[in-house]
Amino acid sequence: MIKRLLTLTVLSILASSVVADEIWVSNEKSDTVSVIDIDKMEVVREYEVGERPRGIIFSRDYKYLYICASDSDAVQVMDVESGEILYDLPSGEDPEQFALHPNNRLLYIANEDDAITTVVDTSTKKVIAQINVGVEPEGMAVSPDGKVSITTSETTNMAHWIDTETNKIFANTLVDARPRHAEYTEDGKRLWVSAEIGGTVTVFNTEDQSAITKISFEIPGVHRDKVQPVGVELNKDNSLAFVALGPANHIAVVDTESYEVLKYILVGKRVWHMAFSPDYKHLFTTNGVSGDVSVIDLEKLEAVKAIKVGRFPWGAAARPTGG
Amino acid sequence: MKWSLIVILLLCFFDPLYAQEQKSVNVLYLKIQQQERPTLSNLDPIPQNLGLKGAELGAADNNTTGSFLGYQFQLDVKQFGEGDIEAAQLALTASEANYVLLDMSAKEQLAVITDDQRLFFNIRSYDTTLRNEACRANLLHTLPSYAMRADAFMQFLIKKKWDNIHLLEGNSEEDALFANALRYSAKKYQLKFKQDSKWLLDGDLRRQAAAEVSLLTQKFGDYDVLFVADEWNDFARYIRYNTWLPRPVFGGDGLQSLAWSSVFEQWGSAQLQSRFVSIAARSMQNEDYAAWIAMRAIDEANIKTKFADLATQKDYLLNDVELAGFKGRPLSFRGWNGQLRQPIGLAHQSALVAMAPLEGFLHSRNELDGLGYDLPESTCKAFKE
Repeated sequence: MIKRLLTLTVLSILASSVVADEIWVSNEKSDTVSVIDIDKMEVVREYEVGERPRGIIFSRDYKYLYICASDSDAVQVMDVESGEILYDLPSGEDPEQFALHPNNRLLYIANEDDAITTVVDTSTKKVIAQINVGVEPEGMAVSPDGKVSITTSETTNMAHWIDTETNKIFANTLVDARPRHAEYTEDGKRLWVSAEIGGTVTVFNTEDQSAITKISFEIPGVHRDKVQPVGVELNKDNSLAFVALGPANHIAVVDTESYEVLKYILVGKRVWHMAFSPDYKHLFTTNGVSGDVSVIDLEKLEAVKAIKVGRFPWGAAARPTGG
Repeated sequence: MKWSLIVILLLCFFDPLYAQEQKSVNVLYLKIQQQERPTLSNLDPIPQNLGLKGAELGAADNNTTGSFLGYQFQLDVKQFGEGDIEAAQLALTASEANYVLLDMSAKEQLAVITDDQRLFFNIRSYDTTLRNEACRANLLHTLPSYAMRADAFMQFLIKKKWDNIHLLEGNSEEDALFANALRYSAKKYQLKFKQDSKWLLDGDLRRQAAAEVSLLTQKFGDYDVLFVADEWNDFARYIRYNTWLPRPVFGGDGLQSLAWSSVFEQWGSAQLQSRFVSIAARSMQNEDYAAWIAMRAIDEANIKTKFADLATQKDYLLNDVELAGFKGRPLSFRGWNGQLRQPIGLAHQSALVAMAPLEGFLHSRNELDGLGYDLPESTCKAFKE
């Protein structure tokens, strides 16, 4: 009996020492990053970071977290194990979002106040290039093959296509008002761009930068002016796209073949961005105004839980731990 | 060889958006100086470049897009002294600009506007008649009307259930216009000013506000909110905290009803604010915002119609445009009077209190049409033709 109890205790200690996968969330107005344990579905750690953190992204080996600390005019690099800020990368002023090149070295940063995209080499900590783009650059993406980088500019209402070899713009495509996010499909053939004020998402054929379709959203009982798409994420096999609709407080689920909206999922207030759990069973959404994170069960396509985080959660990134 | 040349030439001709030659979009900023009003306090002078800096920022924003698409906005600024309508008319005749921003009073605008092929934007006058019986088919208004500002207040009062209201009206022409808008709006929202008084004191309130205002407001009896129609913030600044009863003040320098203010920081406006401060060295105000959004509307009309003729552009603006104006909703123009639909902020010096339309004020078409003259009440006829 005693032996059995002991074994149980040892087992449970072992179990708890295996770290669960995590979702990291930046809190724009408490200058912190909250860490959610996916097994427990609660915040287990919170780290202080620079001012007004928005975009966050892990290095491909998950050793570092890059943080756009907008009001500190810096991209901070955090040691993921210890939670310590190691150093700042030169980022240009007011960095809002960024994208990491598949080579794990180059970071493409949107400098919202300066109408510039800054390219930083994370290993030498040097700025490689600054590219003039439209007013208020925000949405950033790099194609899976690393050849093209995208910047969307909110006031110029464009997606700028940048050749990563030359760091020059080779195409500009107009989208609807206030584009905020760009997302490549895994095969690199399609690019999804959300337009917040236009209330639409445009899907581009990346081969010739032509628009294939423009998706609109209609939620019963919600005025269309409040439907303001921001974050876009694609599920594991890219069959579904999830679009965060801002003050409409819903996530739209879109079929990527037919471009039809299959469902609207009610989440918290002012939903910005999303991250999948590493096993793709859950989707976590940051809800700015309600100050929480909604958890969507991807099988049921329903929000199953709300997790309180800091003030104005904005960015989200998943960290697999092998646990 | 020959054929391919022709094809190329044709392409250049039919696709102006990507044409090689740089296009130029000319905008005339026409200003007639307004009379400086003597106010009791010498604080808060009105900036000389009010409005103009907004137009300059708009041109700069547009030109960033233009640098990618091959066009350039040219802003021609012509300013004239008080009452010099004639000089403004001459400047207009001499100008080839298709778009004109009018920085002048309602009366002056009516004297200056011509019927020729141009599109005018009112960025200075709140006058409701300019959107109603005196409206012009080629005049759009990016500044809200007195009526819109008054309606925003009323929605807030209803929400708060502060329905016992008193109005204190100043002596300027603008005070009377705003007071009338407040009375009309109160009726529309089924509220009523219990009492209505005129501002009569003319001593130097910088010294005796505590005594005088207290005595004056004692006569008002009880009320929830004291409205002050004082568009120049002449005496209103001495009312707050000097009233007999402890009551909030609306209007003047109490709670203000605004198109724009430095305290707007939601909906991404921080970037617009900082861009403005960096070119103007002061914060953005109502008229600056009106001029900026007018420039943005002209840009949008050109891009979306692929630089079509003015009639097509106007049609696009009145029916289809969705402008991103940092107010949390797409902005558009009312087809019946050319007024820009826009949320109105209720704010004090350091924070935004509420943004109208407030939740619950529903509308069959667009909640923004709960602010100002809606289609059924409009007396503007020029847009019906």
